[in-house]
Amino acid sequence: MPTPTKGPRLGGGPAHERLMLGNLATALFEHGRITTTEAKAKRLRPLAERLITFAKRGDLAARRRVLTVVRDKGVVHVLFTEIGPRYENRHGGYTRIVKVGPRKGDNAPMAVIELVEPLQEQVVAEATGATKRAAKEKAAKATPAAKAAPVEEPTADAATDEAVEAAADEAAPTEAPTADGAEVSTEDAEESAAEADKDDKA
Amino acid sequence: MAVPKRKTSRSNTRHRRSQWKAAAPALVICARCREKKLAHTVCPTCGTYAKRRVLDV
Ligand SMILES: [Zn+2]
Repeated sequence: MPTPTKGPRLGGGPAHERLMLGNLATALFEHGRITTTEAKAKRLRPLAERLITFAKRGDLAARRRVLTVVRDKGVVHVLFTEIGPRYENRHGGYTRIVKVGPRKGDNAPMAVIELVEPLQEQVVAEATGATKRAAKEKAAKATPAAKAAPVEEPTADAATDEAVEAAADEAAPTEAPTADGAEVSTEDAEESAAEADKDDKA
Repeated sequence: MAVPKRKTSRSNTRHRRSQWKAAAPALVICARCREKKLAHTVCPTCGTYAKRRVLDV
């Protein structure tokens, strides 16, 4: 929960500030990065991050809460379907403010506020760790249960197919299709390992 | 309405205005392109901040 703002509002009054921040948040979610004054960027950050938290929750009530601030349904759709899931494994800190120096006309200090990239390196590291773990478990299980191997193979094929599809679909350079594919495949592997566990117990 | 009793002399005007001074901003050297820039700010020459491209130059 952001700290309540003390002192004078931006613009002409509280309503004006709410409107300006709503418009700034809409522009930020639409374009990914916007250039504005430092004061506005600093006021926008807690609001935008709160909206992304609502987007991660993803239910209808959260969507209606967000729609009271961001009036554009298209932008809210993008927020809930693309921006929210992108930050699934990140706890806060979804935006970055970088100062870009004073503006020409009135010397106002300007800043760029942008949505940060999804956690890629960490995802890859987790994925490789998960594959190693899965491989180890598989090797340990190979002696008591030969059932694990036939279960493993079809899911592995499906995972590679999915990875290929993801690579074909994702033309955007920021999305890193290999990382996504790796994540998907390791999740499948973990699931199959869990299933194998159940089979052993049963 | 309050009004000035006397015209401000040329001397007083010039003494007052001699105190108007512009202060030079404290600049640091960009680690990437060695140009001078404002501290904690994107380098306007190479457009980077903290090894990250921010502006298109
Ligand atoms: Zn530079």
